[in-house]
Amino acid sequence: MSDLKQTPLNAAHRALGAKMVDFGGWDMPVQYPQGIIAEHLAVRTKVGLFDVSHMGEIRVQGPQAMAFLDWLTPNAVARLAKGQIHYTAFLYENGTFVDDLLLHKISDDEFLLVVNASNIEKDFAWVLEHATAWQVTVTNESDATGQIALQGPLSLAVLQPLVDIDLAEIKYYWFAFGKFQGLPVMISRTGYTGEDGYEIYCPAASTESVWNAVVAQGQPLGLMPTGLGCRNTLRLEAKMSLYGHEIDDTTNALEADLGWIIKLQKGFFLGRDELLLAKARGLTRKLVGFQMREKRDIARDHMNVLIDGQVAGYVTSGAPSTTCGVNLGLCYVPLAAAEIGTRIEIEIRGKACEAEVVATPFYKRAK
Amino acid sequence: MYPADAKYTKNHEFIKPLGDGTALVGITTYAQDAMGDVVFVDLPEVGDSFEAGEEFGTVESVKTVAEIFLPSAGEVLELNTELEAHPEYINEDAFGKGWLIKIRLAGELNPELLDATAYEQLVAEESH
Repeated sequence: MSDLKQTPLNAAHRALGAKMVDFGGWDMPVQYPQGIIAEHLAVRTKVGLFDVSHMGEIRVQGPQAMAFLDWLTPNAVARLAKGQIHYTAFLYENGTFVDDLLLHKISDDEFLLVVNASNIEKDFAWVLEHATAWQVTVTNESDATGQIALQGPLSLAVLQPLVDIDLAEIKYYWFAFGKFQGLPVMISRTGYTGEDGYEIYCPAASTESVWNAVVAQGQPLGLMPTGLGCRNTLRLEAKMSLYGHEIDDTTNALEADLGWIIKLQKGFFLGRDELLLAKARGLTRKLVGFQMREKRDIARDHMNVLIDGQVAGYVTSGAPSTTCGVNLGLCYVPLAAAEIGTRIEIEIRGKACEAEVVATPFYKRAK
Repeated sequence: MYPADAKYTKNHEFIKPLGDGTALVGITTYAQDAMGDVVFVDLPEVGDSFEAGEEFGTVESVKTVAEIFLPSAGEVLELNTELEAHPEYINEDAFGKGWLIKIRLAGELNPELLDATAYEQLVAEESH
């Protein structure tokens, strides 16, 4: 317990009655007293507030920052405008994942990479190791940076009175710098829930003030503090990948259905050669969404996918969906079974349970 | 916190003898709290018999699933059918309206069960 890392909001979570769990070495709130279902619905219908300070921030600066990142990552860094963000990844030479991340372009020679908490050390070492031949400086700012995510349709209404920038002007996957009640912050219109919302980055020491101010401002509007439990069910409904589940060092980016971040035509990047070969050979499996036929059958991570009684793949994430009212999941299946409408079975405690490949995302917010 | 008229297992089930050879079985408040929001309960058929420690059903929450084991041997007399529409009763009132099954005890109550004090100690150790 004492070995677990803490975010600057640890005491605040405990004061709110959070249930704390070990999440990849971090002492994090899995839920508050309202529970996962209420928290999930708050984000879908009103607004929820997540502590995501455990996420890592790696800054890359220098005259070759843009060229370096375009070489290191598969998405088209050269196409980003100042103030724009894209989803991308660090790939091994064999096309599998070191991690996935959000890349923020501050200027041609300054970028902020936001990576998964459990991969911070690995990612930082990965970037450093590959940066030696480039004129760049790489800094791990994770410990010095707090981050909270305000998610849900009322996010703008809650946050706007607290900041000095026009939030409606920030488009989806863009960011801006401003002041939050006088404190310097970076605010992006991003999230991991499938809802509209903002993520606020601030110095670690300011995080608790920012959190408390957002909670106070949001409570009259129905804001709930929301934990990692509902974060997982929300991102699953929106079919957003989770490192260690849909993607890891055994899954390549194309079979993970992330072809849209793989810009093969842009020229060399780490992992490109192998992905080109994989594409030429043809994919053997693909990540798809599925829905269980019976309410009693709930698929869970790591369960087997059966086709004609044979193990043909595995569930990467599975849960009952609060928004859709059915039991959903994501799984890898052979390409021949990836068509929407394909009947598959999930092996639940030794029993083959009927499921069907369905379109994703399972949930998409009304614009 | 844990009713003295019930006995407990290390796996966090309770059994509450009703004095007429029957007993109510469920999961404890500690168990439901650890699982979070319950969404589905899979129960056996009326008439099924189980040994002490035998799995008789599963409780599914949003984030996890738990197999549940019968604290003491017996035959299933009744299921809490209210849970079909209201699985949240387990979270709201695990010892009351969140009971799972009623059984007819086969013989004496399993002597290995914990009393409320011993169970409370176990929970204190686990949650520490």
